[in-house]
Amino acid sequence: MKLGTFKGGIHPYEGKELSKDREIAELEVGGEFVFPVSQHIGAPATINVKVKDRVLVGQIIADATGFVSANVVSSVSGTVKKIEPRLMANGSYVNSIIVENDGLYETVEGYGALRDPSTMSREEIRAAIRAAGIVGMGGAGFPTDVKLTPKNPDQIDYIIVNGAECEPYLTSDYREMTENPEKVIEGLKIELSLFDHAQGVIGIENNKPDAIKRFTELVKDEPNIRVQALKTKYPQGGERTLIKACTGREINSKMLPADAGCIVNNIDTVIAIGKAVAHNIPLIVRTITVTGDCIKTPQNFHVRCGANYNALIEAAGGIVGEPEKIISGGPMMGQALFSTDIPVTKNSSALTLLSEDAVAKEAQTACIRCGKCADVCPGHIIPQVLMSYASVGDFEGFEKANGMECCECGCCTFVCPARRNLTQTFKLARKTVMANRRKEAAKK
Amino acid sequence: MTFHVSSSPHVRGVETTSRIMFDVVIALLPTTLWGIYWFGLNAFLVIVASVASAVLAEYLYEKLMKKKLTVRDGSAIVTGLLIGLNMPPEVPLWIPILGSFFAIIVVKQLYGGIGQNFMNPALAARCFLVISFAKYMTNFTVDAVSTATPLYVIKTGGEFDLLDMFIGRCGGTIGEVSALAILIGAAYLLVRRVISVRIPLSYILSFLVFELIFSGRGLDAEYYLAQIFGGGLMIGAWFMATDYVTSPITKVGQIVYGIIIGVLTGIFRIYGNSAEGVSFAIIITNLLVPFIEKFTQPVPFGMGRKQFSFEKKGGKA
Repeated sequence: MKLGTFKGGIHPYEGKELSKDREIAELEVGGEFVFPVSQHIGAPATINVKVKDRVLVGQIIADATGFVSANVVSSVSGTVKKIEPRLMANGSYVNSIIVENDGLYETVEGYGALRDPSTMSREEIRAAIRAAGIVGMGGAGFPTDVKLTPKNPDQIDYIIVNGAECEPYLTSDYREMTENPEKVIEGLKIELSLFDHAQGVIGIENNKPDAIKRFTELVKDEPNIRVQALKTKYPQGGERTLIKACTGREINSKMLPADAGCIVNNIDTVIAIGKAVAHNIPLIVRTITVTGDCIKTPQNFHVRCGANYNALIEAAGGIVGEPEKIISGGPMMGQALFSTDIPVTKNSSALTLLSEDAVAKEAQTACIRCGKCADVCPGHIIPQVLMSYASVGDFEGFEKANGMECCECGCCTFVCPARRNLTQTFKLARKTVMANRRKEAAKK
Repeated sequence: MTFHVSSSPHVRGVETTSRIMFDVVIALLPTTLWGIYWFGLNAFLVIVASVASAVLAEYLYEKLMKKKLTVRDGSAIVTGLLIGLNMPPEVPLWIPILGSFFAIIVVKQLYGGIGQNFMNPALAARCFLVISFAKYMTNFTVDAVSTATPLYVIKTGGEFDLLDMFIGRCGGTIGEVSALAILIGAAYLLVRRVISVRIPLSYILSFLVFELIFSGRGLDAEYYLAQIFGGGLMIGAWFMATDYVTSPITKVGQIVYGIIIGVLTGIFRIYGNSAEGVSFAIIITNLLVPFIEKFTQPVPFGMGRKQFSFEKKGGKA
């Protein structure tokens, strides 16, 4: 089989051996569960419960507001203690429903009732996905039912399952692919049934040969599902690079995958679709990698959304040594945390505790124009040029030099021998450009 | 406990500016050692003097100007070493010392230090010295015996031995005589991915094509090989034209840049007074780099011709 790949990219230390061989542990914790109303892209959900209300497992406690939004579902049974802003991984405070877990895990009616997806209409399937509050779990948190309702459903040629897991240290997708491959297939088949002529592609990096082998066997009798082995390289799991590697199609930042006839979902999202549609279980559990050189027993957990990060650290044997940096997610694209008192949300994927902050260690020096940033940029732009604009606040020049095509993958910062904080500077510039655009639009 | 908070990414690769510079120094060692072996003690002293004075110039300037010291990044060592390698073996020591100060202070630091100079410091210094002190800079006498450079011999219609030229048993500057030693160093840089073949190969090939057309030597293979192995073209192509700071960052731009240097070297050698011409070809092309880059910007991913559209595909089957 020909390996799928893309031009550019890097090979950082993978760190996957720390956690990849341990089975996913089921983690149940008591106490307070925190459900932020905004765990997705789009409008925050509208709270439909009051303090002192009793809620059940699977109960929608905040409703999607408008089309691009998602329900928030309680993962435990118990009493609503408080409704107040709480700290999220990204550093912002978001209004949250706080439920005291009573440990009974009493469920709403119909929870877990088997359904046959083949008897359901496409509208019913989409409604089930929407009700379950499923969002893209690769990080962006885009509501999945919206993704599955493209403008031209006839144009959808591929549904791509993202099993690349190119982010260093993370192994949750790998564990799911190893332990629950049939659940991935179940979810993918449901997605495929929504379109007339879509083909399923499961993209897996070739550092997971056992997963490639297993899936190849499982789909050998499925005429419209294929496995695409991918060259192990960061950021292979990025949406645009994955579409390129699996289909040869290229899209730019202004396009949606659907503009190239593609829908991309991450492994956890596909599993969640299967659970929601065929088993009537909403998205209330996440698979999370707890890892890094400061964790005693790096491993993966199935944990209910709303649980506290500290409970995850404790369950993984606690902290060893002194972590200098704690990251929600992996080291290439994750969010650094100043506190671990943060709830697990739908788009939490990992908690990485590192003893050394490699970025703070060395000071920025002058650019020597080596061009390595341009060599690794998967967007085929020249970070060195972008930096010359971004660092002096010339946002017009930044846009002209295609700064908005940057996917913030971090490759340029990773390779820069002068230790320049390229990606970091671009993120700020991109935010400013987007804010300016909104201001302009508001004026009109 | 308090933790560091910063924007992603949170990890770095192993490569640093100083590591790259020391890779270049390592790659220059074969030709340096050959030069010292072949030309003797004064060659050694020239190299020591030029490296030491380049580092000293950088240190003094930054100290006096209260700038951050960058001596440890190794770039001054590379500049000093290249200046030494570009000296005739019997040159008086004040010449390379003057060259190093000129390179570091006038060409590099006055424009803002590392990464900011638009001409290769070592080559600009060499050109400055060749023009100012031609008597010393073109005297290739070793042990009181005048040894003309192979290209001078060819230009004046004399005999030469190609194998001697390739190994470095001939006259010339300290670091340019052995094509073999230079190629060993270049191979190291390629393996370490410090440089790519784009600039050197496009340079050498375009030079060869230009010579084929305009030299009037027909298919005299020995002549062409001598042109490539002699006159500093090898060290120029692999170590000077590939200087990051003064060469284009775009891939297409690097090829264009190499071609222009090749053509200029051809013009200087065929129509010019001197037999060499590499230094001038490179520093003149250094000046064109911003324009070359401007016109060779790559097309971003998913844009232009490669952008997917259903219309182009003739719609959905």
